[in-house]
Amino acid sequence: MEYKDYYKIMGLERSATQDDIKRAYRKLARKYHPDVSKEPDAEAHFKAMGEAYEVLKDPEKRAAYDQLGANWKAGQEFRPPPDWDSGFEFSGGGFTGAGAGGFSDFFEELFGRGRGGGGFHHHSGFDSRGFNAHSQDHHAKVEIDLNDAYYGATRSIGLQSPELDSNGQLRLRQRTLNVKIPTGVKEGQQIRLAGQGAPGIGEGGKGDLYLEIRYKPHPIYTVEGRDLHMTLPVAPWEAALGAIVKTPTPVGPVELKVPADSNSGSKLRLKGRGIPGNPAGDIYVTLNIVVPNTTNEQIKSLYEELSRKAAFNPRAGMGT
Amino acid sequence: MVKQTTLTGIIVDENTELTLVQLSQACGQPAEWVLALVEEGIIEPVGRDRTHWRFRGKSLRRVLIVRRLESDLGVNLAGAALALELLEEVEQLRRKLEREPIKLPG
Repeated sequence: MEYKDYYKIMGLERSATQDDIKRAYRKLARKYHPDVSKEPDAEAHFKAMGEAYEVLKDPEKRAAYDQLGANWKAGQEFRPPPDWDSGFEFSGGGFTGAGAGGFSDFFEELFGRGRGGGGFHHHSGFDSRGFNAHSQDHHAKVEIDLNDAYYGATRSIGLQSPELDSNGQLRLRQRTLNVKIPTGVKEGQQIRLAGQGAPGIGEGGKGDLYLEIRYKPHPIYTVEGRDLHMTLPVAPWEAALGAIVKTPTPVGPVELKVPADSNSGSKLRLKGRGIPGNPAGDIYVTLNIVVPNTTNEQIKSLYEELSRKAAFNPRAGMGT
Repeated sequence: MVKQTTLTGIIVDENTELTLVQLSQACGQPAEWVLALVEEGIIEPVGRDRTHWRFRGKSLRRVLIVRRLESDLGVNLAGAALALELLEEVEQLRRKLEREPIKLPG
């Protein structure tokens, strides 16, 4: 198990006051909150600092952590001292952290799972494993390929949910669900699986499971609702004279008519070729004129001829 | 131990309607909390009175985000509503930028 330097994670000195800790947490939480942040690994950062804050904000846990000493380095192999835990009472308030599934082994070794009296109380914050003991409904995120929205797909989803065992101990139950992703699903949409939420704590009863859909980034298309947007390279003469060109779509290439006198930035619409649905989305193709290189003498002389004959000033509108 | 049944879900979309009870269960908050979001104009129900209220599918996403912002960042509902609107605007601008990248000289 690796030692975790909670002060370093939060960018704090060991001498930080409780107010410093709270301020640092608020600042980092805004920076790394997965709903807000576009930082890479925002979610991992957010979880790490949530755990750090869980310990440092609580004077009892902080004192216990500090007792380990300042000589540990982050990542160092860690075993708690044999007399660890003697003389510390972790009372009240207790476990309000990001969920029992969210904390590291290091945390659990020091503070146990769900320690803090009877009141096991999840905060309902961001947790990709997504459970919430208040409710009987559970949430998880699923990442799919764009093609899955066209053809549908079956995904195996690993979930962990907290449950009380026969001794009243909190355990994480692992389960795997095979879920059919329906065609036509949009980014950010929820899929509801009735009756698949794990049993709630206390109240019992099965709720629903909600899966939030995320698309993996695609090298060609960006997705907006059911519409796809893409940039299609065309040759100068294709744009000038008009042409039938082949353009990719997620279900295979189609022929697209580029009208004469098109320009870079001109938009063409492939109606109904976006993500299936009622109505199906469209594909918007933005043309991008690509100029062939002029290392070939003959091509160069043709350009020179064009330049003489066209007498074209593309910057006329700029007064130059 | 591991169950291997294939389940088919329902897409919660514009055509899906959620009741107040379903919405509050889905976000794990009491109905009063959801009502406060309606008061704040974060989600808009259809229907004449509370017992007949229905919420569009996209309300679910908004409600979940507001709940997370509230509990993780300590913002109040008005602040969460403002953040939500700004986030949606940023998202739109970001998509626009992906489609039509600004070309800087040099």
